Amino acid sequence: MKWRVTVIVRLKEGLNDPEGRVIGSALRNLGYAVENLKVPKYFEFELESDNPEGEVEEMCRRLLANPVIHTYEYSIEPVS
Amino acid sequence: MVRFAVVVFPGTNCDFETERAIRKAGAEAERVWYKANLRDFDGVVLPGGFSYADYLRAGVIAARQEIMEEVKEFAREGRPVLGICNGFQVLTEAGLLPGALRPNRVPRFLCRWVHLRVEDAETPFTALYEPGEVVRMPIAHAEGNYYLDDPSKVRIVFQYSDGNGNVTEEANPNGSVLNIAAIANERGNVLGTMPHPERASDRFLGSEDGLRLFRSMVKWARG
Repeated sequence: MKWRVTVIVRLKEGLNDPEGRVIGSALRNLGYAVENLKVPKYFEFELESDNPEGEVEEMCRRLLANPVIHTYEYSIEPVS
Repeated sequence: MVRFAVVVFPGTNCDFETERAIRKAGAEAERVWYKANLRDFDGVVLPGGFSYADYLRAGVIAARQEIMEEVKEFAREGRPVLGICNGFQVLTEAGLLPGALRPNRVPRFLCRWVHLRVEDAETPFTALYEPGEVVRMPIAHAEGNYYLDDPSKVRIVFQYSDGNGNVTEEANPNGSVLNIAAIANERGNVLGTMPHPERASDRFLGSEDGLRLFRSMVKWARG
């Protein structure tokens, strides 16, 4: 069966996000009262699998996220 | 004569200098494409550069290549494994060293000389240094900000310092926790360093301080 998967990888709370800081400050320079801007990584793909939960969890642990610095979440929906 | 493999991934760019520095330190060195095998070598060096263009995270895609299983075998057997800059990033992503290398605190690529204090002169890579000695080597990285939840558990080898060996916030170029510039595994046979010893291996480059790292490694590998 085929699934549509989205994965979001975030820096753990409290870790400095230099890219987010620069983008946040650019928005403030444009006049917006932006604070604490973060830049998570977003992945989307289709997956042919009988065990999508297990495989996506494994992909996150093996490659997409680094457990030292990241948390992750994902959603899995059947492709109609 | 002992032989070191200098592993080349797509995007590696410090392989020639590293090979040259190892030869200058008195061993054989050979650049090895990452699809090759590491049989017949006594040690392995993962040089600097931008493996797989640093996509996803610096070093992570190289860390998932098959050759790293052999590198892990080297580490398990207690043979020398050295990772320089991108090589350090590969070693952390492969789980051979603890922690992770994050983008620099200042959002830019840093390329300059730094002072380092030798914290641990008892690893096979630092035996020819004096503990507490201050040396000079260049850094060249965008992701050298070392992070670990509990850095008290890590074996720190070099710390960023000022010219007098004071480990200060101002001397920290990238935001690394505890000014960490290089670490080793518990046994000491795996070393990761953000500063480039191969770029400090000849007087005409501005410093020979890095050459002693290779000399220490070669001397130890000879037994």
